[in-house]
Amino acid sequence: MYAQMVKSEGMKTLDEMSPEERAFQERIDRGEKIEPKEWMPDGYRKTLVRQIGQHAHSEIVGQLPEGNWITRAPTLERKAILLAKVQDEAGHGLYLYSAAETLGVSRDELTGKLLSGKMKYSSIFNYPTLTWADMGAVGWLVDGAAIMNQVPLQRTSYGPYSRAMIRICKEESFHQRQGYAIMMKMARGTPEQKEMAQDALNRFWYPALMMFGPSDKDSVHSAQSMAWKIKMNTNDELRQKFVDETVPQAEYLGLTVPDETLRWNDARGHYDFAQPDWDEFFEVLKGNGPCNRERLEARREAWERGAWFRDGLNAYADKAAARRASASIAAE
Amino acid sequence: MPSLPDMTTPDVMALARDAAASQPHDPHLQDVDLKPAFFDWLCRMGDNTAILGHRISEWCGHGPVLEEDIALANTALDLIGHTQMWLGLAAEVEDAGRTADDLAFLRDAMKYRNVQLVELPNRDMAHTLMREFLFDAWHVEMLTALLQSGSPRVAEIAAKALKEVGYHVERSSDLVVRLGDGTDESHARMQDALDRLWPYAGELFLGDGVDAAVAKAGIAPAPGDLRAAWERTVDAVLDEATLRKPEGRFDVHRGGKQGRHTEHLGFILAEMQFLQRAYPGASW
Amino acid sequence: MSSKEWPLWEIFIRGQHGLNHRHVGSLHAPDAEMAIRHARDVYTRRKEGVSIWAVRSADIVASSPSDKGPLFDPAESKVYRHPTFFDIPDEVGHM
Repeated sequence: MYAQMVKSEGMKTLDEMSPEERAFQERIDRGEKIEPKEWMPDGYRKTLVRQIGQHAHSEIVGQLPEGNWITRAPTLERKAILLAKVQDEAGHGLYLYSAAETLGVSRDELTGKLLSGKMKYSSIFNYPTLTWADMGAVGWLVDGAAIMNQVPLQRTSYGPYSRAMIRICKEESFHQRQGYAIMMKMARGTPEQKEMAQDALNRFWYPALMMFGPSDKDSVHSAQSMAWKIKMNTNDELRQKFVDETVPQAEYLGLTVPDETLRWNDARGHYDFAQPDWDEFFEVLKGNGPCNRERLEARREAWERGAWFRDGLNAYADKAAARRASASIAAE
Repeated sequence: MPSLPDMTTPDVMALARDAAASQPHDPHLQDVDLKPAFFDWLCRMGDNTAILGHRISEWCGHGPVLEEDIALANTALDLIGHTQMWLGLAAEVEDAGRTADDLAFLRDAMKYRNVQLVELPNRDMAHTLMREFLFDAWHVEMLTALLQSGSPRVAEIAAKALKEVGYHVERSSDLVVRLGDGTDESHARMQDALDRLWPYAGELFLGDGVDAAVAKAGIAPAPGDLRAAWERTVDAVLDEATLRKPEGRFDVHRGGKQGRHTEHLGFILAEMQFLQRAYPGASW
Repeated sequence: MSSKEWPLWEIFIRGQHGLNHRHVGSLHAPDAEMAIRHARDVYTRRKEGVSIWAVRSADIVASSPSDKGPLFDPAESKVYRHPTFFDIPDEVGHM
């Protein structure tokens, strides 16, 4: 998902836990929220920082592939909608960084780790957006996949994370719909538009399936995260749910999902589908996706070119505070 | 919530149409003699906001800090909204079956009527903000004057836009002050931006036959009438920002309002109009 | 890398309906005035008629978790403060 392959720390049984750890786990089991200054296992804190940080980075880097098309949007209305949507992603990044900051890590620190490559963001944003139909496909498939994960995360055990997800879900409701609306226009448009729509689906289908991460049904990390309620479903569950919901939507558009093995399985009550190429996934994570370098470069450049701006405003704030202080001394 | 209300109250065009339907009769829309000048003048208003909105939107995802990235997108969204209203009315006045989108996406540079100031490249945040400030300080005076327009339709658009532009000028002037009086580097960058942009600012106050015709019809003020108030704002802000007002003329570069532009506009339009040009007649 | 990070602010907003200021989230800003402006851009989309408070996160004093017992327990005996305490007949409808 936006937080793929997040390693969580350790996994103990209730018997192996210290009294504090056991009390903590029992609170989570009762559905209580954990709040910033309360005691928490170190592993819980570390895993959350990684996961929330990765999610925040994904929102920020996720501005880029769609941001590509803001200046090329075909109508004034489409331009406004796309700009508003990409702006929302900046806002979501901001909310998530704030949630991470309650765990004692600063936003600049997290940004530094993103720019140095120490922290990851979702693999999906390393794929290029080549035609206007990609704005449809990204909204429909990428936001659609993200929502699968984000809706259950509103119930996550960490209070600030849960509140950020609630706000994000409320704002995201239009993202997937605007993407699907673009796809409908394209799929019912001229032959060239339909061709673009099919091509976008062909290119984004498997990368969208990869967003859920590799199968983790036997993973210790996932089990621990699920016990802590910072992961609510297995990757396979969410991927299946995504396929089940998306295939009929593709059929409605008259587009073909690029999977010859795709068929409804009556016995399971689900679609059977082909797995994405996991070698490709690991290559993208390693930095070898089509756009990894461009994406990080763009973020690095924004950060470095913005240094004088941030410093300038800091300097003014310091001067203004000093002026106020000396004025109030003079008044005494 | 950065932008959700924009999406839930969104369709500016529909709002404008509804408002138009409920509008009292605006005789200027049927004035055949006035039509060419009125159309041109509306395009000037809409093209200024279209091109400046386009430039500011280029920052989305590349801003110096998240909060500023979001604020810039808000400004761009406001300006795109104004464009829809001005060009929508222009299309109505022209009455030739074109829409606001046709005007934005299917006119070539020669037919664009924005001042050259707004089409210059962003370069850095200093140029972006200084340009925005010089424009906002004019924009707010223009819209305020238009509240008194003899054209109810123009006055209505001005009233809607003014709410947002009042905030634009508050924001851009505050940032000019802070960055002007910030570090040595931020001061130098702001001064450099001012020096470079200054010769373009004066075009906002140059009148021609189009301006004279709409002023005579009671639709808009003569451009020169706005200059004194603009200068008061600019002088006060530059002074507080510890920036030096350039000594040279501020109206050296002109012609945008008549369709003579810098090299930059052609590139903006090549990008902006690509889809409409490559797939004529397609619906998006 | 920038030398100094903008401080973190907590943002509280009172909407048009006159209810209490409510915590809506956090943001970074170099000073209080800019924190208010950022809050308008990030959290209110500049709606009219709202009041914004910005408080430096570092200045927030919070009850410490160990106080949790004494501070919050008494309220738990006042169950009538919770809406679900009252049984409303179904015929009355949603309340």
